Amino acid sequence: MSLIEEIDYGTPKSLSEKMITLTIDGNEVTVPEGTSIMRASMEAGIKVPKLCATDMVDAFGSCRLCLIEIEGRNGTPASCTTPAMEGLVVHTQTQRLKNIRKGVMELYISDHPLDCLTCAANGDCELQDMAGAVGLRDVRYGYEGDNHVFAKANDVANDRWMPKDESNPYFTYDPAKCIVCSRCVRACEEVQGTFALTIEGRGFSSRVSPGMHENFVDSECVSCGACVQACPTATLTEKSVIEIGQPEHSKVTTCAYCGVGCSFKAEMRGEELVRMVPWKDGKANRGHSCVKGRFAYGYSTHKDRILNPMIREKISDPWREVTWEEAYKHVANEFRRIQYQYGRNSIGGITSSRCTNEETYLVQKLVRAGFGNNNVDTCARVCHSPTGYGLRTTFGTSAGTQDFDSVEHTDVVMIIGANPTDGHPVFASRLKKRLRKGAKLIVVDPRRIDLVRSPHVEAAQHLPLRPGTNVAVVTSMAHVIVTEGLFNEKFIRERCDWDEFQDWAAFVSSPEHSPEAIEQLSGVNPQALREAARLFATGGNGAIYYGLGVTEHSQGSTTVMAIANLAMATGNIGRKGVGVNPLRGQNNVQGSCDMGSFPHELPGYRHISDESTRDIFDKLWGVKLQDEPGLRIPNMLDAAVDGTFKGIYIQGEDILQSDPDTKHVAAGLAAMECVVVHDLFLNETANYAHVFLPGSTFLEKDGTFTNAERRINRVRKVMSPLNGYADWEVTQNLANAMGLGWSYSHPSEIMDEVALTTPSFAGVTYDLLDKEGSVQWPCNEKAPLGTPIMHIDSFARGKGKFIRTEYVATDERTGPRFPLLLTTGRILSQYNVGAQTRRTHNVVWHEEDRLEIHAHDAEQRGIRDGDWVKITSRAGETTLRALITDRVSPGVVYTTFHHPTTQANVITTDFSDWATNCPEYKVTAVQVGASNGPSDWQVEYDEQARQSRRIAPVLDAAE
Amino acid sequence: MDSESHKSTATKLVYMANQIATFFHTQPKDEAVAGVADHINHFWEPRMREQFFAILEQEDNGFDPLVVEAAKHIRKPGPVPA
Ligand code: SF4
Ligand code: SF4
Ligand code: SF4
Ligand code: FES
Repeated sequence: MSLIEEIDYGTPKSLSEKMITLTIDGNEVTVPEGTSIMRASMEAGIKVPKLCATDMVDAFGSCRLCLIEIEGRNGTPASCTTPAMEGLVVHTQTQRLKNIRKGVMELYISDHPLDCLTCAANGDCELQDMAGAVGLRDVRYGYEGDNHVFAKANDVANDRWMPKDESNPYFTYDPAKCIVCSRCVRACEEVQGTFALTIEGRGFSSRVSPGMHENFVDSECVSCGACVQACPTATLTEKSVIEIGQPEHSKVTTCAYCGVGCSFKAEMRGEELVRMVPWKDGKANRGHSCVKGRFAYGYSTHKDRILNPMIREKISDPWREVTWEEAYKHVANEFRRIQYQYGRNSIGGITSSRCTNEETYLVQKLVRAGFGNNNVDTCARVCHSPTGYGLRTTFGTSAGTQDFDSVEHTDVVMIIGANPTDGHPVFASRLKKRLRKGAKLIVVDPRRIDLVRSPHVEAAQHLPLRPGTNVAVVTSMAHVIVTEGLFNEKFIRERCDWDEFQDWAAFVSSPEHSPEAIEQLSGVNPQALREAARLFATGGNGAIYYGLGVTEHSQGSTTVMAIANLAMATGNIGRKGVGVNPLRGQNNVQGSCDMGSFPHELPGYRHISDESTRDIFDKLWGVKLQDEPGLRIPNMLDAAVDGTFKGIYIQGEDILQSDPDTKHVAAGLAAMECVVVHDLFLNETANYAHVFLPGSTFLEKDGTFTNAERRINRVRKVMSPLNGYADWEVTQNLANAMGLGWSYSHPSEIMDEVALTTPSFAGVTYDLLDKEGSVQWPCNEKAPLGTPIMHIDSFARGKGKFIRTEYVATDERTGPRFPLLLTTGRILSQYNVGAQTRRTHNVVWHEEDRLEIHAHDAEQRGIRDGDWVKITSRAGETTLRALITDRVSPGVVYTTFHHPTTQANVITTDFSDWATNCPEYKVTAVQVGASNGPSDWQVEYDEQARQSRRIAPVLDAAE
Repeated sequence: MDSESHKSTATKLVYMANQIATFFHTQPKDEAVAGVADHINHFWEPRMREQFFAILEQEDNGFDPLVVEAAKHIRKPGPVPA
């Protein structure tokens, strides 16, 4: 094992297809036109000394270290800013260049502390490297002059000196070590797109500064780490490196937070994680990251992690630690007893979108082959099940159509019900980069999300619709496109069913779908809606990105179909830069769906009633699968309350917190006789569990995650599981306790079984993933290296299907008792129910959930900013503090749901998507009023939670 | 307060079936009946369909007429294998 070193080519890659050839130090080099001489040299293996250039950002040409000479030209141009041209003859090392470089380095070093031996960057410092590279042996100027290094000179305070800024929990800024190369400033602008850093002052007195001379943590900085990575010195350094030291080996792995699926190098010292560094070859993130993947991994060693299995008779008892064998035996006995007593279908399982594909596959296999029923579901139920249904119906595949690189070719981006800068930050950075280069943006969202207006990005249109009216608005855009003749007839005739199109066109053309007619219900300005539709239809490559604001509605599936209709009608499918792209919430939502986690589908989205598919598994597993769909999560809970569902195995999912109508979930769980929770922490669901099986983190296991682009990324084990076993091993041991006789010795064998049984995965092996880094399914004979873009020549289902999408108002309506509409979302630094991020330093950015409310509504209720307010719906009530803002319109309130004490789902109702039962999180009619503290439910709940988390002291075995 | 949590499973099933019917009402006439039946056959677990037929027996069961029409195409669940 060794440290993976990535080559820094100095300047970004040129995308030109025209090649040119030049000679560098006697070597002929052929590169794309527009490549810098620095990069061309590096491609020939010649490292020109450099300080201010790095290949993640555009060259700036300020350090003058990378000079070269070109035959026939005067002077010594900088190689980072001089483009390679046909026939040039370049010399990178001459006496003249050597002298200049030494002089430059001497100047740098004369204003730099010489504490290399104790510096955190020792061994990983480009200034050090360059001093060595240019042969610097002494510094003539001495260190007494003007400098930024010492706090005092001759007992007089040095005005130039600035103290360290340690305000960010993850990295420090030590101005004394800054060489003002501006790499950090450019990284923040170009890579991250936040523009938090500036160079303050001029000439010798210039220094880097976050915002207007602020601390990092108080500035606009979102702690993505791009600047830290770009910094050639120890000026910006991870605190973990300062504390631990330089890493000695690394492995490439995949972030376990969101559906972007960023690749990281996990840099290690022994089994200790030193830092996570985004990997430049990662095809989802291209070397970028967000604060969660880059820094928020501290939960993996948090003291709250439960490391021993536990059992209890009743949920009111304290937990009792037991051995793994006892735990498996107990669960196996209980499940068999329950099935004997209440029937084969009285138990089930839930797979996790946080676990690997292999683990998910095993859980559904345990349910189908071991429990002998199809009662398996996944947390994707509550987020993207409508995506599967809608895209399958219209296109034939339950997944997004593009890769993330595609955004670089997009001209008009439409974002519906998603907040990428918070939910999918690395994708947002890539999107913003494209927007800064001129692509146009349309935002359809009740709330003014950051992208609507942020530095150097402004949406062409923002349609702030009333929550719950997506179908009306998207259908109305189709109305404009059809009635104004802006549809792409050629595409439709070639690729779709023309009769179905005509039926649909007639439907959307009817006057009740016009922007003017729907204004009443959606609140969207008709003119703005028309402009948006025209822009999307005529602005070039149009791509739609959408999130949970689309799916988590009673018409979630209908909205997905409306989006698909729009893409087909405008011909925006089947090439780079276009497409329909769901932004998935959790890291492996896509994968858990692919792996057969839904009760009606076997792996690869094949319906359980299909005999030939069942046959494959019957033969391989030696069982007879039931041909009937199983229960979905809400149906399981209903059946539990009715007394016909009694036991459940829940892997890596906190349904009590993430599912709607908490009281109903609690009632369902309380009615069961054996609830098995397999997780890292005693989560909220565990309050109702009888058995707790400790889980492992993504750092502790091998496997794969599949991100929102259908990309299968490797997860690699870098440390031993603290609890002793990876999650797939626990599931296997449980299966064996039930007599299934499994013998997987490595997750790669599980993937082999997936490939063997599932046509869209037929070509996937760990060898291929090791070789290619990652592949996007379908990956099989027809596409041996995977499929970045789908539906290129024809749709997976043959002809694209247009479907009428009639707006139907949700039954969750406002009225005199509940006059406001609540909608929910997430923020950057926290993740989902927060079980992980709350156990990291990320809490400095989000201590609590707040209720965003418009000043108008707040004033009517006598609420001031920061007041405790009570929020009540038909289902329940909770309290939190108010935040007065004009990001939401009057009549709409908004909150996040990252903290269990908020219990936002106490107020969400059980209304759900008509096709998939995906809960309607995004619309709840509520009333808001002043409050003087936590609600009764919160108090009661806290007490119950406290009681149920007790662990009995271990008795001394030797007594 | 009329808590959502106390809705019975039967009430929910009727509501869900009607929600499906509401969607298919807007689809071309010839697809609507088959659409509802297929959807329920595809996604409803046997005990849900069992209950569905039990509710269907009752007068004033609250089902949308389209659901009632689709019922003859909905599969009767067989016995659960032991
Ligand atoms: S951490 Fe990211 S956002 Fe913060 S200053 Fe650095 S590059 Fe900018
Ligand atoms: S902080 Fe680092 S990257 Fe930024 S200017 Fe200073 S030395 Fe360069
Ligand atoms: S949370 Fe998402 S965007 Fe952030 S590093 Fe992880 S995968 Fe990337
Ligand atoms: S690296 Fe080219 S001028 Fe600094």
